[in-house]
Formats: sequence, structure tokens, C-alpha cells
Amino acid sequence: MRADYLAKRFGVFLLIIWLAATLNFFLPRLSGQDPVRATLLQQAQLGGYVQAGIEAMVKEYEQRFGLDKPLWRQYLTYLSDVSRLNFNYSIANYPRTVDEIIAEAVPWTVGLLGMTTLLSFTIGTFLGALLAWPRAPRWMAWLMPPLWALHAIPFFLLGLILMYLLAFQIRLFPMIGGYTAGSFPGLTLEFVWDVIMHSLLPAMSIVLVATGGWALAMRGMMVTTQGEDYVTFAEAKGLKSRTIFLRYCIRNAILPQTTALALALGQILSGAVLVEVIFNYPGIGTLLFRAIKENDHFLIQGIVFLVIVALGLTTLILDVLYPWLDPRITYKRT
Amino acid sequence: MEQGMAASSPMPQAAHPGRAATVARYMRRNPSLAVGIVLLVILVLFVGIGHLVVDTAKARPLSAPAMRAPSFQYPFGTDRQGRDLLAVMVAGTPLTLRIGFIAGFLGVGIGAILGFVSAYYRGIVDTLIRGVADVGLTVPGLLVLIIIAVSIKEGLTVNQMALVVASLAWLSPTRTIRSQVLTLRERGYVEVARLSGMSGPEIIFKELMPNLLPYLGATLVNAVSNAILASIGLEVLGLGPIDSPTLGMTLYWVNYNAALINGWWWWWAAPIVIILIVFLGLFFLTVGLDEIANPKLRRAA
Repeated sequence: MRADYLAKRFGVFLLIIWLAATLNFFLPRLSGQDPVRATLLQQAQLGGYVQAGIEAMVKEYEQRFGLDKPLWRQYLTYLSDVSRLNFNYSIANYPRTVDEIIAEAVPWTVGLLGMTTLLSFTIGTFLGALLAWPRAPRWMAWLMPPLWALHAIPFFLLGLILMYLLAFQIRLFPMIGGYTAGSFPGLTLEFVWDVIMHSLLPAMSIVLVATGGWALAMRGMMVTTQGEDYVTFAEAKGLKSRTIFLRYCIRNAILPQTTALALALGQILSGAVLVEVIFNYPGIGTLLFRAIKENDHFLIQGIVFLVIVALGLTTLILDVLYPWLDPRITYKRT
Repeated sequence: MEQGMAASSPMPQAAHPGRAATVARYMRRNPSLAVGIVLLVILVLFVGIGHLVVDTAKARPLSAPAMRAPSFQYPFGTDRQGRDLLAVMVAGTPLTLRIGFIAGFLGVGIGAILGFVSAYYRGIVDTLIRGVADVGLTVPGLLVLIIIAVSIKEGLTVNQMALVVASLAWLSPTRTIRSQVLTLRERGYVEVARLSGMSGPEIIFKELMPNLLPYLGATLVNAVSNAILASIGLEVLGLGPIDSPTLGMTLYWVNYNAALINGWWWWWAAPIVIILIVFLGLFFLTVGLDEIANPKLRRAA
């Protein structure tokens, strides 16, 4: 791998991060006034609703951002804060910082989405490969229409339907939340079981939909590879159809799938915001929903920025690792 | 030509098929297209007949008794704020579709222009357009839309909502259309047109565009579907046009009032069924159009 490619790729990553931060800074200011400040002042006047500390926060805010200073100075201060992942205090949960609150929600989301992404990738890829195999059982063909139909439905709609059927009608699963309210989080067997039971419904609504997507993509790739010359050649050599299927077709068709998997893993933090909201699952999505409801601009900006960084980082790692996965790709200048 | 068709056709009397018969026969070969069209026609009929029969003023709060299960008088029931849910669906479905169509058309329109210009002229314009689209696509769309919507939250209307969604809807069409044009521009007939002295815009509109029409159609339907999904997402999060009875806002109120936990099934059943029909219809329409645009797929599948 060439150093100048690495440097260029890293530059693009920095560019994305910078764009995200800049967007975060300027978009709220486009409407003329600074809504962050407006919200703070408004809530300070209202009093009551939000805890004390607003006064201190407005002061802190004015001082930190130097609102009397010109815009470009404010912008530079903001950039330097963001580069240290310092997103200020949460407006609705003073004196807790945005970092703290996000750190609490991240494991829930990563756990749920990580499991469901890997699960649906594995099942879907396997299913898709079988769907394209000429010697697969006939009934497999009947799987296609439901897979297609499921794949076109948004996660959260299926979530609502599943919640009604499996938690409200048949009380098989708990309806909402990440664990039973009032139980003490800890590493006891009881609590872990509780968490698993709570995560099954949201997980199911994601896996059922996502599996279809993976299966359809894999099937498409398999159909293409099966038409390639090297497969015809392998057949002409008299290789066993199982060998051709596993070593020739799947080995080649799986490459784009792994690229897509890496991209999907990058979407982990933002992939199922609405599912979390519907199930009131204590992850990033629900946190974002609450932040929007409470006008907590710092929290919203922190979440959005964090997600963009996570995604940029994933694509960066993916690009660096890709030649190792697919020997045909080298980053040499041609 | 006609002789040949008659000979290859198993039924000689179908040698001069009417237009309807031709369409019907094509539909049988392309069932996805048929399913998509049927689903969307059902939707249009529901809205069309609904507007004739139902008073859409009842989609406003306090126009009916609250929390009635479906009955003869209120076939879809009523919600907690006293909206007649049948009226809400009749008034809201076209609003949601409008957001999707405005954002989708803008997205594909801008995407097509940028894609054609970028792929046909190459050079620095191409590098710039492709760079912006690539960087834009790595950023999760819903989150950027959230930031935009939060910044202009005060009194968003349905049309403004469409513009917000459209602000990112051009990214993916730009890239896909660009790559399609890249393969087309090396074809012989484009070369001939260039040698015969046609100008760049002329080639784009007279030679390239007609060949990409089915593909643009599939891209458009896909963009509409994505725009609707994005708008419903924003609405469920509480960033939609609060006063409008769109499908996504109805789901927002469902979630807000915890209708599911309270067993008010009719409140969410109607919007969910309609949204399902919208997405399935658009999805099958895309698949069908893809098949027209790319007959290779048909042979492979």
C-alpha cells in the first residue's frame, strides 16, 4: 500500500469531520439568531421547568463562545472544542455533560444494532447464496416474494406490528424499555436475562427486514458470478458443483457483501433511531428523540457529530483493509 | 415484421393484438410492475373517492367525539384529539405523497443535471461534483435532516418539509446517473453525433436522455420512496408540520399518546396499512421499471 494513498484517504476523513462540525456550527445560525442562546435565555426566564443552573450556563456559554467576539473567532473556538470531543453541558440535564449522557446510551445501541446487523448479514448472505444455487430445493423459490416485501418495509413499522402482536395480544415479550423499570442494573443473571428479553422484539423487527436486503444483494451477486467465464471453465474442467459453488461463486460474490457489511456496521449508531423511539429503548435514538423534544441543542449536535465521526472512521478502516480482503485491488498508481 | 411475429406467436389470431392486450401480455412477463401499479391505483382510488365522500375538515381536532373505535359513523374510528381518522387518512395520504413527489422530483432533477454534466464533460467539473456527492453520501442523511429541521423548526409547512428532505435527495441520483452516463457516452451513436457537429447540451438531451428514460423513471420512484421514508422519520421524531394530518404526523401522535400500550389499535392500524401500501407499491414499481430499463436482469433471474 502506498503512503500517498493513505495520506489522501486520511485527508478525506478529516474533511468529512470538518464539514460535519462546520454544518453543526453554521446551520443553527442561519436563521439569524443563535437558537442555542435563545433557548437558554428563554428557559432561564421561564424558570421552574428546567433546574437551576441556567444562569450559570448562560454565563458559561457566553464566556466560552465569546459571543461578543466576531463570528470567525467563535467558529475557531467551537472547532477546537469539538476536536477534543467536548460538547458542552446538556441543556435539559445540567450539570451533566453531553459526553457523559451519550456514553451511557452508546452500549445499548451498539449491542442491539451490532447483534442484529451481524445476524441478518449471516442469515441473509447464506440464504441469498442458496437462492441462486441451481441445486437448492424447489421450495426455496417461494421465499423470494416475502423477502422482497419485508425488505421494502421500514424497520419501525414492522416493530409496531410485532409489538402489538407479540407483546400486547400475546404477552410473550415486555413491551417497551431496555429493562424492567425499577430493577437494579448489574451483572446478575436475572438482569442480563431481563435485558435480553427486552431487546428481542426490537431485534426481531430489524433482523426480519434487513435479512431480506442482504439475501437479495447476495443473490444478485451470485447470479452475476455464475455467468463468469471462470465458472464456465471450472465446469468444463469437471469440478464438483459443490466446489464451484463454494470456492468460485461464493468466494467472489461475498466481497461486495463484506464491503456493505462494513458500511452497515458504520451505520450502527444511527441505523435504527425510529425502532429505538418506538420501543423506548435506552440507546442513541431515544436519546436523540428526547433531546429534540427538550430542545437540547448541545445534545443533538453532539450525537450527530459523534455518529458522523463513527461512520467516517469505519469507511476509512474499510478502505485501508480492502486490498487484504480482495487481492485484485491494489492502490498503485496506474 | 408482422409476419415474423405471427410465426413466432403460438396463437396466430393474436398477430394484431390491441394495445390493451399487448400491455396485459407485458404485465404477465413483468409481474412486479403490475403489482406496483395495482397497489398505487388502489391508493389513488382511496384518496379520490375519499375526497368525494368524506368531509376532510373532520381531519382537524375536535371535529368528532374522542377515542371511538371504528363504527358505522366513523369507519376508521377517532383519535384522542377528536379527529375522524378516515378524514385524516383521506387528507393526509396526498400530503405525504406530495412531500415525496416534490422532494423526489427535485432530487432526481438536480441529480440528473449534475450527473449528465459531470459524466459528459468530465474534467474538473466532474471531480468537484463527484467529490461533493461522495462526501455527502457518507454522512447519515436522517441526522443531517434533523439538524436542518431543528434549525428552522418554527412552523414548518408541508412544502417546506419537502424542501428540507430534497436538500439531500439529489446526492444518490447524481452518483447513479453519472455512472450510467459514463457507460453510455462511449457508445458509437454518441461518437457519431459528436462528429456530426452536435453540441454538448444537444447530445445530452437528444441522444443520452431518451436512452436513459426508463432508468431515470426507476431512479425517480426510488427517490420518492426514500423521500417519503425520510419525511416520516422526521415527523415521528416530532420535527414535522405539527398542524398537518400527514401519515407521519399521525404516527407521531400515536407514539405521543402511547396508543399501542393503551390498546387503541384503530389509531395506528390505518396509517400503517396505508404506509405499507405506499412502500410496497413504490418498491415493486421500481423493480418493474428496473426490468424495463435493464432487460439483462430478466434473463439472469
